[in-house]
Amino acid sequence: MDISNYLYLSAILFTIGAVGVTVRRNAIVVFMCVELMLNATNLAFVTFSRIHGNLAGQVASFFTMVVAACEVVVGLAIIVTIFRSRRSASVDDASLLKR
Amino acid sequence: MTTSTHLVYLIALPLLSAALLLVLGRIADKWGHLLATLVSATTFVIGALEFFAMQSRTGASRAATQKIFEWISVGAFKVDATLLLDQLSICFVLLITGVGTLIHIYSIAYMSHDHDRRRFFAYLNLFIAAMLLLVLGNSYLNLYVGWEGVGLASYLLIGFWNQKPVYATAAKKAFVANRVGDVGLSLAIMIAFAQFGTVSFDGVKAGAPHASPAALTAIGAMLLLAAAGKSAQFPLQSWLGDAMAGPTPVSALIHAATMVTAGVYLITRSNFIFDASPNARLMVVTVGAITLLFGAIIGTAKDDIKKALAASTMSQIGYMILATGLGPIGYAFAILHLLTHGFFKAGMFLGAGSVMHGMNDEVNMRRYGALAKAMPITAVTFGLGYLAILGVPPFAGFYSKDKIIETAFNSGGTKGILLGGATLLGAAITAFYMTRVIVLTFTGSKRWDDKAHPHESPILMWAPMVVLAVGSVASGFLLSSGSALVNWLQPVVNSQNVVAGEELMKPIVVSGLALGVVLLGVLLAIFKYRTVPTSAPTQVSVFTKAARKDLYQDSFNEAVLMRPGQKLTAGLVLTDYKVIDGIVRTVGWTLGAISTAMRKIQNGFVRSYSLLMLLGVLVLVFTIWLVTL
Amino acid sequence: MLNLALEVGRTQTPEAILFWILGPIAVLCALGMLISAKAVHSALLLAWVMITLAIFYIAQDALFLGIVQVVVYTGAVMMLFLFILMLVGVDSADSLVETIKGQRTTSIVAAVGVGGLLTSLIGRATIGHTEVGLALANVNGNVQGLAEELFTKYVWAFEVVSALLITAALGAMVLAQSQNIKSRTAQRDRSIARFRSGSLAETAGLPSSGVYARHNAVDVPALLPDGSAAPTSISRTLEARGDIIKSDVFELEASEVEEN
Repeated sequence: MDISNYLYLSAILFTIGAVGVTVRRNAIVVFMCVELMLNATNLAFVTFSRIHGNLAGQVASFFTMVVAACEVVVGLAIIVTIFRSRRSASVDDASLLKR
Repeated sequence: MTTSTHLVYLIALPLLSAALLLVLGRIADKWGHLLATLVSATTFVIGALEFFAMQSRTGASRAATQKIFEWISVGAFKVDATLLLDQLSICFVLLITGVGTLIHIYSIAYMSHDHDRRRFFAYLNLFIAAMLLLVLGNSYLNLYVGWEGVGLASYLLIGFWNQKPVYATAAKKAFVANRVGDVGLSLAIMIAFAQFGTVSFDGVKAGAPHASPAALTAIGAMLLLAAAGKSAQFPLQSWLGDAMAGPTPVSALIHAATMVTAGVYLITRSNFIFDASPNARLMVVTVGAITLLFGAIIGTAKDDIKKALAASTMSQIGYMILATGLGPIGYAFAILHLLTHGFFKAGMFLGAGSVMHGMNDEVNMRRYGALAKAMPITAVTFGLGYLAILGVPPFAGFYSKDKIIETAFNSGGTKGILLGGATLLGAAITAFYMTRVIVLTFTGSKRWDDKAHPHESPILMWAPMVVLAVGSVASGFLLSSGSALVNWLQPVVNSQNVVAGEELMKPIVVSGLALGVVLLGVLLAIFKYRTVPTSAPTQVSVFTKAARKDLYQDSFNEAVLMRPGQKLTAGLVLTDYKVIDGIVRTVGWTLGAISTAMRKIQNGFVRSYSLLMLLGVLVLVFTIWLVTL
Repeated sequence: MLNLALEVGRTQTPEAILFWILGPIAVLCALGMLISAKAVHSALLLAWVMITLAIFYIAQDALFLGIVQVVVYTGAVMMLFLFILMLVGVDSADSLVETIKGQRTTSIVAAVGVGGLLTSLIGRATIGHTEVGLALANVNGNVQGLAEELFTKYVWAFEVVSALLITAALGAMVLAQSQNIKSRTAQRDRSIARFRSGSLAETAGLPSSGVYARHNAVDVPALLPDGSAAPTSISRTLEARGDIIKSDVFELEASEVEEN
């Protein structure tokens, strides 16, 4: 089988994640879709590392994971803080910047 | 050309005096008028001395110049502030300073009750300075400075009592009409510079024979426009009647003897232009003929003594202008009539002022009557002036006016007959309305009530009148005996160059005709005004109505010039507001509309923003995809 | 021969079967995560997608990464998600009605566009249709190979990322603190409250336990002006335990006073 299939899969997962970020209203679900996108890119990295025959892709994937973990930590803490004061986890409620 | 060193004092002294009196203000109230009169007399003395000095010189050295400073030097255009005193200028200098001094003396008494007398004298001096600059300038541009200066002085003096809105409006009217004429002078200067590269009289005179006829006609027409503005000729004559709003000395000095004759001076000084352009001369005589009849007709229906005299001035200057268009000798006769007119018209204006002074500033002649007994000196001097203006020999007007009528007839062909006929008709009507003035004012039965107590004026007022009356009597004879003036002006206007032959009628016939029509006019007036109603009758002929309304000059100006001008201005303002400001406002409005539409993107929802980011990513990927195609 | 067959077989049928079974399942799970109303369902479906990806990593010779994916991502991150969901509201279900006009359509179109373009790009790319394979890179083992890369070539990024981890941890701690709703009472506020309390005794402050030179006085009550013991000057625990000593035990004898 063509190794590019992994890349196609990565693209599809990325697309689904992108749709999810823009469509879902629950902040945590939006976050999860972001995680999905990051995972899709990780898959692409690993596949590339296999294609090129060196481990640079895996190193990049490793770093991506670390950063994603940090991001989740801080992001969820923020969501919790917002939830505490507003009692709502909907992304649409944080619309104070409108005209 | 002799170089002089004291021509500048002629202008500098009155100018400094005026400045001093204006700057010092109320401090100078006690002695301001005396200083001004002294200065004016001094300029007359300087002028007289220059005249005698000039007489002792001969030939080309008669004229004197004085360069005061280098004024403009831009590339090829050089104009110096130089004064030129030649045979033509000296006539004017003597007239201006002489009559001016007499009127200064008169004003001391006439304006004695006025709070602002000092200011009046300051303006009089300013006028003297400006008028002298006008006649002493050696180039059109120097003349223009004086031209503007007399316009300013006229405005200040007409509107002297500017507390009354009517007077202030009259001053504005005079200034605006003058301004229209000034455009003509500016254009003439510009064309002259374009054609000849210089605007000095000598330069233009040298270049005139080589210029194209079209250019010469254009310059002549523009100069005629300027003269019409300053001298109240058709079509710019509407301001002169209203200018009588100023004090009577002003009317006497400016609007009889000097400023209004500046137009005649201009045309005479530019004789080399007009001699070379028959079309321009034709325009000049037409304007002169129309105006002399215009003024005469208006004068018949005026009940205000000053307005009647103003109409008379308009008519007499029409004679002068007509004369200037009749060839080289015409200039001399125009100047002759100008000088004699200066005497008798100023004298009559001063007489009118005296009558007004005695009748408590009443100007309506229908309230006068039988004043000769109460004001004998005034009556006599006025009467002498009257005889002069009629052209009765041996008074001044006889010599000057009849010469003009003669020259008009002799100018040849149909034109000659038309012009001569117009001058004769004008003489007849002049006789009519001047007699009317005399009859209404000095003879007949008294139409004033006992509240008015007419009395003779103080000596400071009647003395100048007497001097002018002497001039009205003698000046004509003195100036024309032995063709004195003609010979005197020969170097300037080539006045001895008479076209031989071409005499339509013998001079004696012309004089006879003239006297005949004058007699007719006099008798008609005496007959008509045997009895005079105290208020103007309303059932009058259409001609009288027209003459009362100044032959509808104001209505015409308003309908043809003022209202379209107002509409144009209003239209332009509207265009400016709607179109030009409209464009700017539309730009602003468009920006506002765009931003209102674009504001909707910022709805505050995070998801919309993230969608925009996704769209951005789409564009990016699309670009990469395109590149790799 | 066998090695070659095994090697070839890696990219051949077994892997293909693996891919073609798990791939679509992953996609379906992702779609399910997208569509489901309950957030917990989304979390669990995402967890399954991550496990699938971990299997793929292992299948592609990224052994370390695959295990890390399970441990860190599925294990820690997704569990963290579930904890937060628990805090925020497990039962709350999102309504699926879209409030912003055109959001759904535009986002589907845009995302599909991106995905399609990416797919087309990948299809047209010259690199990526044949593989070199990680046999050589993993010759010492995957972990060792990764460590070699990480600590030599990418050591700077490694250090930076570790700083990031520390910062994130600190940030989370700061953010998760409960915040004072009321302002902290300062000394002045407390003093004012004391004076307003009503009884002078409280204003003056609780009497402290009596101080005597001969005894550690925590268990000796202070004396009120009338000679009786002040009950509030002693800890209630001691009182309950009966460890109080009466203060008149320590009164000086008259003779002892004279002696001194």
